[in-house]
Amino acid sequence: MTTATPAREAAATGEVPGPAGSLRRYGRWWPAAALAALLAAPYSSLPLPGLLDGPIGSAGSLQLLALCLVFGALATGYDLLLGRTGLLSFGHALYFAAGSYATELLMAEAGLPFAAAAALGLCCGVALSAALGSVALRVGGIAFSMVTLAFAQAGSILVERDPGGVTGGEEGRAIPADRLPSSLAGIGNTANLYWIALAYLVLTLAVVHWAVRSPTGRVWEGIKENERRVEVLGLRPYGFKLVAFMLAGALAAVGGVVHLLLTGGATPQTTTSDFTLSLLVMVVLGGSGSRWGPLIGGVLYTWADHRLGDLAGSGAVSDLPSVLRVPLSQPLFLLGALFVATVVALPGGLTRLPARLRGR
Amino acid sequence: MSTVVLLAVTGLGLGALYFLVAAGLSLIFGLMDVLNFAHGGLLSIGGYATWWAADGHLPGAGGGGPGFVLAVCFGTVVGTAAAMVLELALIRPLYGRPREQVLATVGVGLAVPALLSAIWGPDARPFPGPAALSGTFGLLGAHIPVNRLVLIGAAAAVLVALRLFLGGTRHGLVVRAGVEDRSMVTALGINVRRAFTLVFAIGGAAAALGGALGGLYYGSVDPGQGTSLLIFAFVVVVMGGMGSVAGAALAAVVVGLVQQFANYYTASGLGDLAVVVLLAALLLLKPRGITGRLA
Repeated sequence: MTTATPAREAAATGEVPGPAGSLRRYGRWWPAAALAALLAAPYSSLPLPGLLDGPIGSAGSLQLLALCLVFGALATGYDLLLGRTGLLSFGHALYFAAGSYATELLMAEAGLPFAAAAALGLCCGVALSAALGSVALRVGGIAFSMVTLAFAQAGSILVERDPGGVTGGEEGRAIPADRLPSSLAGIGNTANLYWIALAYLVLTLAVVHWAVRSPTGRVWEGIKENERRVEVLGLRPYGFKLVAFMLAGALAAVGGVVHLLLTGGATPQTTTSDFTLSLLVMVVLGGSGSRWGPLIGGVLYTWADHRLGDLAGSGAVSDLPSVLRVPLSQPLFLLGALFVATVVALPGGLTRLPARLRGR
Repeated sequence: MSTVVLLAVTGLGLGALYFLVAAGLSLIFGLMDVLNFAHGGLLSIGGYATWWAADGHLPGAGGGGPGFVLAVCFGTVVGTAAAMVLELALIRPLYGRPREQVLATVGVGLAVPALLSAIWGPDARPFPGPAALSGTFGLLGAHIPVNRLVLIGAAAAVLVALRLFLGGTRHGLVVRAGVEDRSMVTALGINVRRAFTLVFAIGGAAAALGGALGGLYYGSVDPGQGTSLLIFAFVVVVMGGMGSVAGAALAAVVVGLVQQFANYYTASGLGDLAVVVLLAALLLLKPRGITGRLA
């Protein structure tokens, strides 16, 4: 491994900051190069001042990078509904939280080993999305959005009310470290968690790419364009929409398990409607319905959310006049404003930016 | 008996608050296909503007008597202005792209509470109110807070005013016709865009009034108040049938009552769940809502 390090570091310097910029130079091989660079990131000690707090390979930076990858993947899975099938779901957080909470509970309360708990957590997410999706999909359009929002809100209330002390209420639940495999516990093993996050991203991209190109994916596209026409062709959109809903729910549940490992616990913030709305922001920011857009949006949003929080606490901001300092101290305000600007000025999101700059 | 009366009046008060938020939402949705996620933000703006004025920043306004009325008027005007700015700056340029319009309001809905919490802090601020509204009065053996009556009265006044406006004026006719069939109204050569701004202003005024009175109801204002009320207002809009003001009023009463009674007779917090279950059941039985309208 050590002999290969310099070459991979070189790839890392070229790729990590901006995959979009080097798109044309690498031609069709740039995803493989980007993947190699991302795989090697934990071995790199290159500092990226401004972008990251410490060197890329340090635990804090790896943690942030891994979070970026998880949310990039989560947004990609969410876009299966929004960008591919045209379903505007406001309840995606529920399935993410279901994977996270179920896995934690099965480990802590039932004493299952991590792998078994994670598998059952995934099953919980799929079962929940199947049950709620089959109800919500009975109505279409904006009513579907409202029903998913209402279900997610019910889940959020349940988690916050802490029935029987099961969910831990506002505190959330910490993962029982003694039940984790030793290679996943502790700050010294952040690199392993980072690779798990990367694996989740690759899995999501592969599943979404494969599903969209399958015959089912073509029906989804038809439903997005014109649901009535799909019906006229003799197909029942309900079943296809339910498959999309369950697949996205399953991917979200896996994301919940990865997030649980990465942050060391399940938090009630992941059940709120704000969380789903931020997924929506990620997808639209990057470009809904495109292959890389949701990923780019998710990575950028997560990075900005964390770095802007650090920026707000820094001395440079606290010395500014209050007109500038007050908005700058709120990452969510800046992200909301950026989102509005994207929607108004850049339809299609950031992935459409190069094409628009070239004047097409 | 006294418990039932108290719960009923409190539930009606809560329903009144939901109606103030939902009426504008319902009209905006019915007319423009825009699900206004920024509506909670407008409510918070109204609440904070009222609090700001009543806290002694506006000459003549204060926490009691006529000063408080002035503060509420100020809050409502600020909310109306904010709604019109929102419509002119963000909704109008995205005309003909309903999904982008919804997304733009999502962004505003995230940014406004963040800005409020940046200026006045994330914690709840105690809300001033006239002493006459902080007491209770007896009704059939129950001690009922006076401010619940103020909410119910305000919601009833807004409902009557809206019905008079929609039913008795030319602008109201355009709005009603636009809710029924926007393309037909446009084809008749009527400027629907002006009706959009009007409806946004009305919605903003009702939401801001809801924010001011919500401060009275909860005794405080905080940046997240509007967002949490917004979700129940959505439920009310869907249950009432999109675009129907009368449906929204009926659904608001039902939701408020169910929530209060379920909260009292089961565990606290189950009222919120009961509302969601009610919504799911209604949509399974009657996907078009109580009034049978779904745009």
